[in-house]
Amino acid sequence: MKKIAKLALEDGTVYKGIAFGAAGEVDGEVVFNTSMTGYQEILTDPSYRGQIVTMTYPLIGNYGVNNEDIESHQPHLAGFIVRENSRVVSNFRADGPLNDYLERHGIVGLAGIDTRALVRRIRNLGAMKGVLSTEDLDDARLVAKAQNSPGLVGRDLVREVIPTESREWDESLSRWAHLEQDDQDAEQDVRPHVVALDYGMKWNIARHLRHSGCRVTILPGTASADQVLSHQPDGVFLSNGPGDPEPVTYAIEAIGRLLGKKPIFGICLGHQLFGLACGARTFKLKFGHRGANQPVLNVQTGRVEITAQNHGFAVDESSLPDELEVTHRNLNDDTIAGLRHRRLPAFSVQYHPEASAGPHDSRYLFDQFRNMMERP
Amino acid sequence: MPRRNDIRKILLIGSGPIVIGQACEFDYSGTQACKALREEGYEVVLVNSNPATIMTDPATAHRTYIEPLTWQIVEKIIERERPDALIPTLGGQTGLNLAIDLDRHGVLEKYGVQMIGANAAVIAKAEEREKFKEAMHAIGLECCASEIVTTIEQARAAVSRIGLPCVVRPSFTLGGSGSAIAYNRGEFDTLVQRGLDQSPIHEVLIEESVLGWKEYEMEVMRDLDDNVVIICAIENFDPMGVHTGDSITVAPAQTLTDKEYQLMRDASLAVIREIGVETGGSNIQFAIHPETGRMVVIEMNPRVSRSSALASKATGFPIAKIAAKLAVGYRLHELANDITRKTKACFEPTIDYVVTKIPRFAFEKFPDADDTLTTQMKSVGETMAIGRTFKESLQKALRGLEVGSFGLGCDGKDLWGTDKQPSIEEIRAKLSKPNFERIWYVRYAIKAGLSIDEIYRLSWIDPWFLDQLAEIIEMEDRLRAFGDVSEVDDATLRQAKRFGFSDRQLATLWQTTDMAIRENRKARGIVATFKSVDTCAAEFEAYTPYYYSTYEDEDEIPAKESGKRRIMILGGGPNRIGQGIEFDYCCCHASFALREMGIESVMVNSNPETVSTDYDTSDLLFFEPLTTEDVLNIFDRVQPDGVIVQFGGQTPLNLARALDMAGVPIIGTTVDTIEAAEDREKFAAMLRRVNLQQPSNGIALNMNQALDEVRKIGFPALVRPSFVLGGRAMEICYDQTQFERYVAEAFIAAQGQPVLIDRFLEDATEVDVDAISDGQDVCVMGIMEHIEEAGVHSGDSACSIPPYSLPMSVIQEIRDATHAMARHLKVVGLMNVQFAVKRDEDRMGVYVLEVNPRASRTVPFVAKATGVPVAKLAAKVMAGATLAELGIDSEPLPRHVSIKESVFPFRKFVGVDIALGPEMRSTGEVMGISERFSIAFAKSQIAAGVQLPPEQQILFVSVTDRHKEPFVDLARRLVALGFQLIATDGTANSLESAGIPVSRVKKIAEGHPNLLDYLIDDRVGLVMNTPSGKGARTDEGRIRAAAVQHGVSCITTVQAAEAAVRAMEALRNEELTVEALQDRFPETALPEPPTST
Repeated sequence: MKKIAKLALEDGTVYKGIAFGAAGEVDGEVVFNTSMTGYQEILTDPSYRGQIVTMTYPLIGNYGVNNEDIESHQPHLAGFIVRENSRVVSNFRADGPLNDYLERHGIVGLAGIDTRALVRRIRNLGAMKGVLSTEDLDDARLVAKAQNSPGLVGRDLVREVIPTESREWDESLSRWAHLEQDDQDAEQDVRPHVVALDYGMKWNIARHLRHSGCRVTILPGTASADQVLSHQPDGVFLSNGPGDPEPVTYAIEAIGRLLGKKPIFGICLGHQLFGLACGARTFKLKFGHRGANQPVLNVQTGRVEITAQNHGFAVDESSLPDELEVTHRNLNDDTIAGLRHRRLPAFSVQYHPEASAGPHDSRYLFDQFRNMMERP
Repeated sequence: MPRRNDIRKILLIGSGPIVIGQACEFDYSGTQACKALREEGYEVVLVNSNPATIMTDPATAHRTYIEPLTWQIVEKIIERERPDALIPTLGGQTGLNLAIDLDRHGVLEKYGVQMIGANAAVIAKAEEREKFKEAMHAIGLECCASEIVTTIEQARAAVSRIGLPCVVRPSFTLGGSGSAIAYNRGEFDTLVQRGLDQSPIHEVLIEESVLGWKEYEMEVMRDLDDNVVIICAIENFDPMGVHTGDSITVAPAQTLTDKEYQLMRDASLAVIREIGVETGGSNIQFAIHPETGRMVVIEMNPRVSRSSALASKATGFPIAKIAAKLAVGYRLHELANDITRKTKACFEPTIDYVVTKIPRFAFEKFPDADDTLTTQMKSVGETMAIGRTFKESLQKALRGLEVGSFGLGCDGKDLWGTDKQPSIEEIRAKLSKPNFERIWYVRYAIKAGLSIDEIYRLSWIDPWFLDQLAEIIEMEDRLRAFGDVSEVDDATLRQAKRFGFSDRQLATLWQTTDMAIRENRKARGIVATFKSVDTCAAEFEAYTPYYYSTYEDEDEIPAKESGKRRIMILGGGPNRIGQGIEFDYCCCHASFALREMGIESVMVNSNPETVSTDYDTSDLLFFEPLTTEDVLNIFDRVQPDGVIVQFGGQTPLNLARALDMAGVPIIGTTVDTIEAAEDREKFAAMLRRVNLQQPSNGIALNMNQALDEVRKIGFPALVRPSFVLGGRAMEICYDQTQFERYVAEAFIAAQGQPVLIDRFLEDATEVDVDAISDGQDVCVMGIMEHIEEAGVHSGDSACSIPPYSLPMSVIQEIRDATHAMARHLKVVGLMNVQFAVKRDEDRMGVYVLEVNPRASRTVPFVAKATGVPVAKLAAKVMAGATLAELGIDSEPLPRHVSIKESVFPFRKFVGVDIALGPEMRSTGEVMGISERFSIAFAKSQIAAGVQLPPEQQILFVSVTDRHKEPFVDLARRLVALGFQLIATDGTANSLESAGIPVSRVKKIAEGHPNLLDYLIDDRVGLVMNTPSGKGARTDEGRIRAAAVQHGVSCITTVQAAEAAVRAMEALRNEELTVEALQDRFPETALPEPPTST
């Protein structure tokens, strides 16, 4: 007989379905992702720390998991919800089924519920705190736990996912990440040196920096400006990461000090931290942007990029200091998707040019960063 | 950038008649485009030869030309209309080829017409294999190794490099026509020869085989700023080797990681940019090696396609509409997403359900044809279903196919467990050779214990799909373990419904009725819920009421507006021969009529090609299979005040009784009346009461009864199963032996229903009548005299409005008879009557052959011929209006002659005899309009692709004995036109004795030179051959089949030959002219668009 699992939301709604992955009980912010592919990248994206992620596409696990398509050492999200988990795997690169992978990494999964109903609830009421359990199946108790769970506003989740040590990054893009099969990663004489501040960085960012010809040193996101500068970088990269940017004060402070000293490029949380460091404020979106189909208008070129996004907070346009210029906008809700400092060599995007999962339309930003470092 | 103001008037080219490879999807795309361009204030000129389309309604475009689709005719339209631009990408391959012809002949340049969306160079780059391959190479993408050849010698050299098996593809043919895989040298030579003949430029591509690879399609859109988005990815269930139109296909892609999917996306963007499609949609096909992931580009269609229609219905993103707006200068992000309203059209739809499309075939109509599925498309229609899981969507699609299946087996049609259960050898054979029943053979294979891996090795169907089928079968076994529905626990029963099991399957498992299952599950609260198709997986609120059913917790249908009437229209399901676009046309008009009356229209249909399944057509759209269960589920939820079953062909009529019994209010003519018209005895009694005659007839439930009946009726006798549309298994029998054979076949087709036997009236003229009645008044809308004699299926014969040879007295008799029957039957809505007029001694006898109190296939033709929206009026009558209120008091009598001609798929079915008979085999129709019969007929022939050759050509004539005398006069006229006649002995003797010059050729069986030699050498301009016997194996049958394969038109009835001679005579003396429908019927014209600034 299949094991039961339940999801309880803080508004009192309870969904009963089939347990998969690991047994246990977790709490987190319940969100949804609309990407039809890329569940393994989503699972291993540290930005999902503290969240229970629902996939809107109903059939998950069809192509299994492999050892290549990972964005960090292990899954970081709190729980995983799908309509149907595939019992078999069919893909020439697969190393095993999703279920075993989740079990191995202690991720609690829930399948078989009306995920669209859950998504509509989140869309209408906003992202909610929830508890996912295979242990306690008492509805009232689960709802109470959901209501009493910490949520993620005001919490510094970054500390939970940043690496403990610095490291040099050598891996470039996978051969499955680009059409050009000729290897251009051969050693080059001069390469800009990037220090990447890791707040929970997706590995594909580092791979892209490496692919675009940079030497990459990864420092924990807690590093101070002096620590960064001691590596004598040509540029500083601010990574993505989980949760609310405002409590990550040490990063905001460090970025403030680095501004103007080195070219800066930020992605996602890195973009929000850049905004905060320049004096802007951030706010929490109702249910965030999570998916691989988000259209972003490049204000300068007038062209649209289809982007991967994963964020619950955004930079508040009304708080924008004069020094920051909006370079990109999300076409769905007109929120800020990209910023540039008017005087200093620094820019950032709310979305994920490294894709993984998602389209490759915005890769040019890595070249833009490289060019900025070469001609500061 | 907003719309372009430098263009004002735009020409759109439709795709012509429905043929295999080009169906309703181009009516859908063309209609959307017309609406989109009108919305933007452009004047739209449309040309299409197909009268059964919504796009050729006078209210769709400003200037509508129902004219043959040749560059010469379109030049005349351009000369008259002087459009500024032409969009070539919305009318299928026909539209694209025609645009290229116009360009090549300098017409566009001469009149300053700009091609927008894609220009001639782009089209050539995408369509010409060698150019395409070069382009792919330039952007680093792989194609299959291939070589282009123009002779058999070159071909042999090429295959020695490429290897066997290989694909042989003729260039520039429709729907991949002529494409096939050669496994050995013998097959290779045959295919190359045929391909060279079929290619309009005598060119064939020899290509590396990627048989068994995974097949994918990407639907891509681009705007003038080079923004490119993917609308949908489609994964084929059937791997490479089966034409995508013949494959079961699934959206979205199921077995690709994000990395692999994004590579395919990158490749798609690179392809559309390199080919240079400026704006609009394209379809790109890829093959992926299942074990290495190697990706090759197969082809690209630089236009909207059958797949783009599917993608539009699968995602809710209206590709053709957006393509039209991009063509006139808009950028994707300047256009709104209709469904969410708040977001833009510049995004990539994401879906939270699974879509399955299954093609529908008509091999039963072509028993001599090879039913192996290849790279040449053979299916005639398709159904699509939406479910939250693949299992659910597959099983829904299988029942939506309307072939007697109600899911994946255990449904009464299943062979497993019956005495027809296939052997393991048959199963293996059916798995390894693609065929239209393969999905059921996968079931049998699993049932027989073959492992998934073995099934994969035989079929190359992806193991993920195979395991999904295995899961369905495991559920079936689980259910079977319960003895009865009452023993099943709620969770398991709900799970079964979530796997897509129909009530019929469950009833079959537990030997009870569908209704018993339905009541049982409803009592437990296991009921269908309805979800929206919203392009965005619920991320944004949807405003478009486009729904599908599934078994989930939450239902999304808003509450019914109080005080508003709601009427549900049941559509026609997948296209098939005998039931296609004509019925969809009627359903759309029903919806338009209801909306005009302020009534909410609810459309139910399962055919993704159609206008009826456009979310714009009705107030609510349900994309659902047309079964009693699925319709009742919708009924329970939306509570319509009435249901229309008259307009969707046989499909909804087959449900009418069960729906009526379940308490569904069917409006218009009652179910009792509809059935009474089919019931021979009631029908005969009715005719007696209104004093009308019919051919003597009988009804039989078994062979003995049939033999008794035919003794009374006499020969020739017409045999047919009841309750079957399109003359399925209908035959004329001249003797006892033939009779016994065909009656046996009819019983099989009848599936338990009786077989009908009629005296066949030889040499009679058939007449079709469409009429509307409101229960009181009756109005005849059109009287059509058939060109071919009675005995040729009405759907296959040409016909004329008005009648061209019948005396006024007979027409009046027909009119009176129609009125009498409509009154007697208390028809409310449409009625179609088929009459036969036969000269008995010195008077003309009028016989009633058939009465159908419902929309007929001819309704759109009548509407186009008369300028009266017949279907719309009928729907209004059904909704309660009277003819008097609608201002309809007299029969429309047009001043011009309209000819409908049928179009056949014979070129797709090599070796099939094309002689016409009572079984319908045409897929589509065209219309020719003129002041005179001869010119109207000539136009209809040109439009249907019948080549009326210029003088000085050789004509082959061979007629059966009873036609020899009437043919003499025709032969004399042909000679006078300058033709040289050749004939076999019998016909030659009769012509010579009448003093007509003729050369002789041998019959095929007699040796050489025979007609085949003339055909192969391209020396014959036209074949006139009236059959004395039928069949692909007879000498004459081979002649007719050979003519078709060599692209020589073949006229098979003496009446059509007579009309063709009249047409050729007329063409000698006058130029064809063109006229817009709006000029013929000024009252139907749209208001002029405001002059742009």
